[in-house]
Amino acid sequence: MRFIFKTDYAQDIRLAKHGGHVFWYSALLLALLAAPWIVSEYWLAQVTFILIYSIVGLGLMLLAGFTGLFSLGHAAFLGVGAYTQAALTNAGLPFPLAIACAGALSAAVGMVVGLPALRVKGIYLGIATLAFGFIVEEVFARWESVTGGNAGIHIKLPELFGWQLDSGEEFYFLCLVLTVGATLVILNLLRSPTGRAFVAIRDSEVSAQSMGIHLARYKTVSFAISAALAGVGGALYAHKLQFISPDQFNILQSIDLLLMVVIGGLGSVHGAFLGAIFLISMPQVIALSKDQLPDVVGQAPGLQGLVYGLVLIAFVLFEPLGLYGRWLKVRTYLQTFPFYRRGMFKRQKSFQKSERLR
Amino acid sequence: MTEVLLSARNLSVRFGGVLAVNGVSFDVKRGEVFTLIGPNGAGKTTVFNLISRIYTPTAGEIEFENRKLSELAPHDVARLGIARTFQNIELFEHATVLQNLLIGRHTHRETGLWSDIFFTPAARRAEIAAREKVEEVIDLLDLQHHRESLVAGLPYGVRKVVELARALCTEPKLLLLDEPSSGLNTEETDDMVFWIRDIQQELGVTVLMVEHDMSLVSKVSDRVLAMNQGEMLALGTPSEVQSHPGVIEAYLGSVDDVSSLRRAA
Repeated sequence: MRFIFKTDYAQDIRLAKHGGHVFWYSALLLALLAAPWIVSEYWLAQVTFILIYSIVGLGLMLLAGFTGLFSLGHAAFLGVGAYTQAALTNAGLPFPLAIACAGALSAAVGMVVGLPALRVKGIYLGIATLAFGFIVEEVFARWESVTGGNAGIHIKLPELFGWQLDSGEEFYFLCLVLTVGATLVILNLLRSPTGRAFVAIRDSEVSAQSMGIHLARYKTVSFAISAALAGVGGALYAHKLQFISPDQFNILQSIDLLLMVVIGGLGSVHGAFLGAIFLISMPQVIALSKDQLPDVVGQAPGLQGLVYGLVLIAFVLFEPLGLYGRWLKVRTYLQTFPFYRRGMFKRQKSFQKSERLR
Repeated sequence: MTEVLLSARNLSVRFGGVLAVNGVSFDVKRGEVFTLIGPNGAGKTTVFNLISRIYTPTAGEIEFENRKLSELAPHDVARLGIARTFQNIELFEHATVLQNLLIGRHTHRETGLWSDIFFTPAARRAEIAAREKVEEVIDLLDLQHHRESLVAGLPYGVRKVVELARALCTEPKLLLLDEPSSGLNTEETDDMVFWIRDIQQELGVTVLMVEHDMSLVSKVSDRVLAMNQGEMLALGTPSEVQSHPGVIEAYLGSVDDVSSLRRAA
């Protein structure tokens, strides 16, 4: 067990709480920096996708995991970012400007969607955002002069200060920089009053309000930041695929994104990354195991959907804290060895709350 | 001592056919401990919810330092210097005690969204200043042991204290305590008596409280208002109210009620 003896408030605020953090996160960053020389091009592309989904996941984690607002239409923000990036890049705007616009437009759309969130909660918010997702998908399909309709649209290579990023390695580094940036934004928010206000809204609205937190403002801000990150992720997604069409931003994509944060572990920043790794590696694992399985199972259509469904049910039943929760248990087991008890993480009985006021 | 901090005038609220509070008027003076008592359903918590703007009065007005509360949004009430606790504890369950208390500093935040995102030196200084303030409350209420614990894992008695601490972190002028001793054992209730006195005498905070435990009420209260079925019964010192015939009747029933039950001898 590690005990941290705090002698200074700066220790409370610091991102890396102890030497172990510094060591392991530096090692991870070094490994990611060296990745283009270590792994093959195919796997580097997969890591790039993980980074892109992590950015989107961080945004959704802020909204669903830290503010407690569930969005079933998050793919729409991804799409707004992707199409903005495609339209602006093809019009000749340099990459930094285009991606800033993609994020900003997504954030603006997020604020508009956030408005109904001020009135509805829980499942009703889910329905409202679901409907919004369908509307946006329809706009992508019908607004042919900008989006190319159902036929889709090609997007030019990103250009950074006159330098064309035409190789997978260069684009990988671009995604890495943006991912680190997005992570820092989320971590900074969470250690500051804004992030605490989000958590307060998630845990008890009535009490957040009586502490002086402007519910409407913070919910809108949360939607805006979440949508902005989804928009940035969408812009990178468009560049990575070089071709986008409306069906990439449908309800299934939204559900994938939600699946990602739930399986990763709601309410943890790590969860967004673990969820992204899960979401990208699962189809690979299924594809690899297809050959080993008897044809009846291996070649059956809908195998991926079935596996996803089973995994989600299993997590909700046995590990509501997701992959990160599982990791916490493993770590505690190792740290306290041999004193780990089965009941250590058993959830406490929650005390009666005043249902009347929520 | 005689200056009026909060005054309620002819306060009424109606939920459908139920008149939960009916024409209640009282003044809370600066620096006193003012207690609302009454049987269940008397409308005490409703009065609290009217003050913190969770409900809007059907008629009447509440003024705090000569400002009408009905003109304010619910989240602006805290900014005026009114903090509250809840009867059934409304803490932020999945956050640590420290984070809960820091949320209490929300009305004093100086940084905006952008300085939070980039965690500028100003944001860092504000965080440290907030922790220094919170530490004073932690010291006052002996919460050092629980500083880093998740609220979800704390026993009921400690949660009650954390909620009081969170309200104090807002540096209120008026503290609304909704049944501070409910669910506490006698030892914890005694601690609560000391703390309420400390809050009143050392921090100079005015306390408005709802309480059932009459021994606590008579130990700390300067004045008591007894309510029954939304109406005022009696107002005065604890002993005056306790001996008021209307109050005794509300709690125990009248002699007539009892005599009708008595078998004819």
